[in-house]
Amino acid sequence: MAKHIFIESRDPFDSADVDYFSELVQGIANRGQEVILFLVQNGVLATRRGSKHNERITQFMKHKVKVVADGFSLRERGISKPFDGVEVADMDHLVKLLLEPGTKAIWH
Amino acid sequence: MASGKTITIAIMDAPYESANSTTALRIIHAALQQGHNVNVFAYEGAVNLTMKAQQPHANPVKGTTVEQEQHPTTKDWIASLFKLAKDKGVKLDWNNCGLCVDERGAGDWIEGPRRGSPKDFLEASSASDATLVIPTK
Repeated sequence: MAKHIFIESRDPFDSADVDYFSELVQGIANRGQEVILFLVQNGVLATRRGSKHNERITQFMKHKVKVVADGFSLRERGISKPFDGVEVADMDHLVKLLLEPGTKAIWH
Repeated sequence: MASGKTITIAIMDAPYESANSTTALRIIHAALQQGHNVNVFAYEGAVNLTMKAQQPHANPVKGTTVEQEQHPTTKDWIASLFKLAKDKGVKLDWNNCGLCVDERGAGDWIEGPRRGSPKDFLEASSASDATLVIPTK
């Protein structure tokens, strides 16, 4: 089974493309494939508690998408504790994920 | 210790323009630190990342000097990545797209990078354990 890492770098409040990318993430997950959504840069803004995009994260988790946020990006934006269920990681973790056999990575 | 694994990364953003540059350099740093070989294909504006003439600057808004500001330049950061690769006994193969270099007059770079083409990216990607393309917005 292929593993997909989707790396979202864009601000969901700034770019409507994020909606399309989210549909892609959810669509792949619905096919039963292992999917990780790695949020970085302004992509982590969706994890701020109270954001209207928290609901999207909840939907991802319902569809078994693992949501990970870059700790450096969170700290830069003053998000000390992201939305429930979001795992905080760093680039070391991303590199390990990228090098897992059979993994496909897509950056947005 | 070298892992024997290789990751290939394509980057396109010019320096000081997008957080993509910082994230790409962080990923390269993490990969080298873990003992992996790294191929970088710098395309379009990213060929300016390694320009030798880059200089740090003072910050007139804050009133700080060059020394106080400690403004990082991408060429210094990348030079430190080459040193890290050497210290770790792994390879950092930094490939600046030749046509992009010529268009921008950006051929005077620090020690380490080489001139190449998209063909090099294809070959590097085909031989790698992982590939990540970081497109410009």
